[in-house]
Amino acid sequence: METLEPILAEHPFLQGLEASHLHLIVGCASNVRFDAGQFLCREGEEADQFYIIRHGKVAVEIFGAQKGPITIQTIGEGEILGWSWLIPPYHWHFDARAIELTRAIALDGKCLRTKCENDHDLGYELLKRFSNVMEQRLEATRLQLLDVYGNNA
Amino acid sequence: MATMLERQNHSADPMMPAPFRVQRLRQDTYDTFTLELQPANGLSEFAFAAGQFNMLYVFGAGEVPISISGDPAKSQTLVHTTRAVGVVTKAMRKLQRGEMLGVRGPFGTHWPVAEALGSDIVIVAGGIGLAPLRPALYALLARREKYGKVVLLYGARTPEDILYRRELERWRARLDLEVYVTVDRAAGNWRGNVGVVTTLIPKAPFDPRNAVAMVCGPEIMMRFTVLELQKRGVPAENIFLSMERNMKCAVGFCGHCQFGPAFICKDGPVFRYDRIKDLFTKREI
Repeated sequence: METLEPILAEHPFLQGLEASHLHLIVGCASNVRFDAGQFLCREGEEADQFYIIRHGKVAVEIFGAQKGPITIQTIGEGEILGWSWLIPPYHWHFDARAIELTRAIALDGKCLRTKCENDHDLGYELLKRFSNVMEQRLEATRLQLLDVYGNNA
Repeated sequence: MATMLERQNHSADPMMPAPFRVQRLRQDTYDTFTLELQPANGLSEFAFAAGQFNMLYVFGAGEVPISISGDPAKSQTLVHTTRAVGVVTKAMRKLQRGEMLGVRGPFGTHWPVAEALGSDIVIVAGGIGLAPLRPALYALLARREKYGKVVLLYGARTPEDILYRRELERWRARLDLEVYVTVDRAAGNWRGNVGVVTTLIPKAPFDPRNAVAMVCGPEIMMRFTVLELQKRGVPAENIFLSMERNMKCAVGFCGHCQFGPAFICKDGPVFRYDRIKDLFTKREI
């Protein structure tokens, strides 16, 4: 039977991962698709998954009562969505909505956490990769906060 | 008939503004506008190279340096895009068709459009930084077959701040040009990218070993753009930046725009990154 292993192996986030680790991860993976407008996650809900985006585009949003949804970032092909599954209390902090047909691989957070506890090498490898994503997004957020195109920048 | 460029090169006084008449003023965004000017002193054309700037003199208000944003191949009309932020540019925005303006120029260095023949080109523009890069893009597209991939990465503050929107849409429809636009923030009805322009660089389709990058925008944006380009593997000598300082005389006399050993007005505004990298992060200058 064909598994998701080759797809995961090619995704930039998991590229170069040891075969044994990939084999462990694939047991937590499932194929998912979201139509435009469909939510991948909602603020406050339990973060029991993260997504490896294969195609499409997802808006990470925060909803304000007066302002409606505000998009703070878009995530597309080759990127990942979600690290709340890693950090207690494992709840999403933002909404994520597909803005076009999006195909992804969902990885079960509980399943992965258990495997990472049992295999710290896998845990460390994943954490390094997530740290890299977090660092890039933190830097991008800092630049956004600087409002460099504003009159007072 | 002599052009302004020739006049300047042939000893005409570079401090003397030439009279130009406003042909058209178009509001691009709420604070940004484009002026189309025609010579009013018998000159038939105004030759310039992509990346150069002029000193525009609003009579009674003052003089400011503004990059040329039109097509170098269409030298009959002089085009400038700027933001109404100070006394002079606010006065400029109020000019009506037929009114006069003084023009000195063109001044400064240009984008390496000819030098980059055969290479992939990646243009990274932030905010109004797209204006000085537009002449380069016109020139590249005029000889499109001479280059590899041509990629435009453009970041704006919000969807409402996107400059040259119709033109961007036309460029995006071309099959020989890759255009990616992102904004720093947006309401939920925006279907495009959200995130700073540097986030487009890792995914942009160009060969970093054979690419020439042309970058213009706020200096902080350019610093982070250079980091991302280098992370992709673009050599420092293939990265070109358009710098901005307080330019007054535009010919290297007054020293207002001194940038270490260089003057932005005559040694720039376009610099090769490896030649200024030591100055780039120096606070004192």
